[in-house]
Amino acid sequence: MNSAPLLSVEKVRKAFGGLVAVNDVDFTVKQSELIGLIGPNGSGKTTMMNLISGALKPTSGTVRLAGEVISDMPAHRIAQRGVARTFQLVRILPSLSAIENVIAGAVFGHVRAWGDDAYREAEVLLERVGLGGRGNVPTGSMTYIDQKRLELARALASNPRLLLLDEWLAGLNPSELKIGIELIRDLREDGRTIIMVEHVMDAIRSLCDRCVVMSSGVKIADGSVHDVLSQPEVVSAYLGTEDA
Amino acid sequence: MSLMNEKEQRIAAIALMLFGAAAMIPFADDGYYLSLCVNIVMYAVLCTAWTLFSGPTHYISLATAAFFGIGTYSVGLGIDTLPFPLLVAIAAVASGVLAGLVGVATLRLSGVYFVIFTLGLAELVRQVVTWLQVKFLGSVGLYVFTDMTEKHIFWMLLALAAVVYITGWLVNRSRLGFALRIIGNDETVARHVGIDVARAKVILFMISGAFIGITGAILAPRFAYVEPPSAFNPVISFQVVIMALLGGTGRLWAPLLGVIPFTILFDRISASFPNHTSLLIGVAFMAIVYFLPRGVMGLIDDFRARHAKSRHAAAGVPEAAE
Repeated sequence: MNSAPLLSVEKVRKAFGGLVAVNDVDFTVKQSELIGLIGPNGSGKTTMMNLISGALKPTSGTVRLAGEVISDMPAHRIAQRGVARTFQLVRILPSLSAIENVIAGAVFGHVRAWGDDAYREAEVLLERVGLGGRGNVPTGSMTYIDQKRLELARALASNPRLLLLDEWLAGLNPSELKIGIELIRDLREDGRTIIMVEHVMDAIRSLCDRCVVMSSGVKIADGSVHDVLSQPEVVSAYLGTEDA
Repeated sequence: MSLMNEKEQRIAAIALMLFGAAAMIPFADDGYYLSLCVNIVMYAVLCTAWTLFSGPTHYISLATAAFFGIGTYSVGLGIDTLPFPLLVAIAAVASGVLAGLVGVATLRLSGVYFVIFTLGLAELVRQVVTWLQVKFLGSVGLYVFTDMTEKHIFWMLLALAAVVYITGWLVNRSRLGFALRIIGNDETVARHVGIDVARAKVILFMISGAFIGITGAILAPRFAYVEPPSAFNPVISFQVVIMALLGGTGRLWAPLLGVIPFTILFDRISASFPNHTSLLIGVAFMAIVYFLPRGVMGLIDDFRARHAKSRHAAAGVPEAAE
């Protein structure tokens, strides 16, 4: 059963009025796989993430998590089934302390904890993302990368079956980027299943087992990173066609 | 984890003493001051119950008058046939259920739409009650004759206040309370960490509504003659919002800091300028919003922060030091 996909996206479509942001896309993600979801701006990657996490409902098609249809569930139930995410524009809970931000991920989600247990686990996670001992620092005074780390710790707090990282590496400077890539590599070594939307190609090359490429809402390639990036459709989606 | 930490035990002890002292008030005065104290405790309960919901969620509810009136009417309609405690329970259930229905229908609305809906609701319930009374009872008023006096009302309200504070304390330390703090910060995040946002809000709105209904029930004997304009008086809804904002909504006991001065001020104004009450209340409201946007509690927090800072500076401890 281990080879059955953890996540399968089947003919998923999302239309905003006349604009089809995601056009009958299919792909699967196996247990412990780290896949990259890439494509030019406006190709529908973030919409796809929102469809999986339940922030948006698909116009048609289904999303299954371990065989169970999740695309008709509200976002909170999908989170309880084990899908956790970070946001393209980092979303910290400003009036909560750093450690409370992490605990927020643990109390209502997939694997739940409360009270002292949640507190201890949150401390371990803060340590893990590189914020050890900073649980009581006001979140407003944190740097951008620290806020991103905090958001990642919150997403990990429910021990999710599937982790969605929406441009988690965007906006980091080169040295922060190295730290960020190491952190994600660590998560992969743990066997966590991850989908990352990313523009940073170095990260995609060094981290992903496989990647799915979208352009104008359509999936144009799906395969190992090296193969996919040399396909002419992918090159032209990024760079334009020769005669254009 | 122990039931209460040291600080909480200290607060509980102080609260117990204050409640004990307050319970003695009727023995000291049975006239004007007791009546003023009834008003203060009434608004303390209403504002605290209001803040239970509106504090963390930032939804401004103007439905207080609707729940209050439902409570008053539960007593007014049943006082000749049923015992008073049962009527209070009915009031709690009826206003809780109304709050639940309103919640399910409207909590998807946000911001100003919710405010307008709740204001309209209070008026709607009032009109429906008036219509039903004229149609089935043949008159608009109800007499509530009991042998309860001002001091009994005061003690009941005081007991209710204790229940409201204990409930608030329990909610704050529960998962529900934590969920509401997250919702107040960012609803999108709340949903994606697995919180059923609508359910959490509805539950809290029901708790808040039920307490407001009970307050209305307890106050019914004071009215003696109950009719829709007095039971569903929209001024109550507005005053509760003003007082709660004056005190502050960040802490459980913060509304009390608004209730006490404002109730006394309102009493003075209506005694000295009976014809200009609304005008002066309006001016007071604007002054509060303008000068004290975070309420008295905000002032206290600022003062504490400054104090802590100057203490740090005096000790020569840089703030970022670990």
